[in-house]
Amino acid sequence: MLVDVLIVLVKVVLTLTWTLLLALFLTWVERKQSAVMQDRIGANRASVFGLRLFGLFQPFADAIKMLFKEDFVPSFSQRFLHWLAPAISFFFVAVTMVAVPFGDAVRLFGRRIPLQVADLNAALLFVLAMLSLGIYGILIGGWASRNRFALIGSLRGAAQIISYEVALGLSLVGLIMVFPSLRLSKIVEFQGGTLFGFLPKWGIFLQPLGFAVFFLAGLAETKRVPFDLPEGESEIIGFYTEYGGLKFGLFMFADFLEVIVLSSLAVTLFFGGWQVPWLGGLKLAPWAVTVLQVLAFNLKVFFFCWLQVLVRWTYPRFRYDQLMDFGWKVLVPLGVVNILVTGLVLALR
Amino acid sequence: MKIGRVLKELLRGAGITARHFFVNMVFHTLKLFGVRTKRRGAVTIQYPEERKELSPRHRSLHRVLSREDGKPRCVACMLCVTVCPSECLSVEAAEDDDPEVQKYPARFVVDLSRCCFCGFCVEACPVDAIRMDTGEIRLASYARSGLDLPLEKR
Repeated sequence: MLVDVLIVLVKVVLTLTWTLLLALFLTWVERKQSAVMQDRIGANRASVFGLRLFGLFQPFADAIKMLFKEDFVPSFSQRFLHWLAPAISFFFVAVTMVAVPFGDAVRLFGRRIPLQVADLNAALLFVLAMLSLGIYGILIGGWASRNRFALIGSLRGAAQIISYEVALGLSLVGLIMVFPSLRLSKIVEFQGGTLFGFLPKWGIFLQPLGFAVFFLAGLAETKRVPFDLPEGESEIIGFYTEYGGLKFGLFMFADFLEVIVLSSLAVTLFFGGWQVPWLGGLKLAPWAVTVLQVLAFNLKVFFFCWLQVLVRWTYPRFRYDQLMDFGWKVLVPLGVVNILVTGLVLALR
Repeated sequence: MKIGRVLKELLRGAGITARHFFVNMVFHTLKLFGVRTKRRGAVTIQYPEERKELSPRHRSLHRVLSREDGKPRCVACMLCVTVCPSECLSVEAAEDDDPEVQKYPARFVVDLSRCCFCGFCVEACPVDAIRMDTGEIRLASYARSGLDLPLEKR
């Protein structure tokens, strides 16, 4: 019993640390990648004892700066809710990572330890629920600031996220029909085989339309640039107008975490999670297989983070009516079509 | 039809940014491994370590030229002081022992907090005593007094 608790604790700590580290360095990746895309160099001055490492210490410098800034709450804001909003925002994004499997189960000292904090039987619903609950951070943040621009931003954000939540849910229905389980570890296991003998049996090949809808709706959920209406930095600053220092940092951090969560979900659901294709032919030691699996999962996640940063620095922002049109008139019908086609194919098989 | 065009253009845009990313990354990687290439990965000039070469006509910090015997070439005619639009030059004349020269500047101070680097003083000087070709562009100072530069001592 005690050992089980200990194992879960270790997994929680490891998952949280790894995810936070990824998010921390994603800020660096975002700055450097955007710089390289625009023929610039990007932040490269932060150094520890003269060691620069391409500015790899920049996130730490930023974090220290955020920590030591004044924790300012405007006199007209609601103090408690103002404090609560970034915490909610951060918590509900970070907690989704418990359901993501980082690798297959390993056998250690006669125990079967899944490389996943909690193997929930309704993990997919849990993830979607937690992502929706993240809206409360935005709403409360805008409301508690008692600032008109913050309120506009938060209402925009709430409307946007609720709209795209529909498309996100619909896009996953087809996937659940193909891989009949809500358990993420099961879904990853289903993706182990091959299609037609050579293609890895990943969700993307079974549900290409589903993936397109999922990814676009997911991009909207992260509320980053093509969909950054809640923030709208050039016009209303958005729901964090009245935030500064570490609280603002938490909001930003939650945004970067969302990028990682979306990447992990896309990988888990559509790109085989920790599955390494064509590995069955090689006879490898169990530990080597585990290492390869964890590595494969992380590489896939890195790729999707890269892709999201590319999207963020390529496209301009939607107008609000375009955003709503895109969500309701394009993604939702496409999601429904995807369900119908999937059902038809499954019935005729 | 329209959706097809939109999709095509969206993908083309992502292709352009991705191409810039990968091409620049290749040049950055080559530089990291010490391979010299004609093109660089970024157009950035890393200022304190790397300097851009100033144009020969660039107007930087002033200097007062000297004669062969080391005395300033300036004859304290005050033409530069008169022409200066921001009134940043102040010249104090003193009598020179040499009857050919007659006057020399005892003090020749340029107030950099006022100077607009127009170069009129250089144009006005009848004896070509002042020039703005030192190439010194780091003129910041922590105190105002640091911006009053006595040029006759240089």
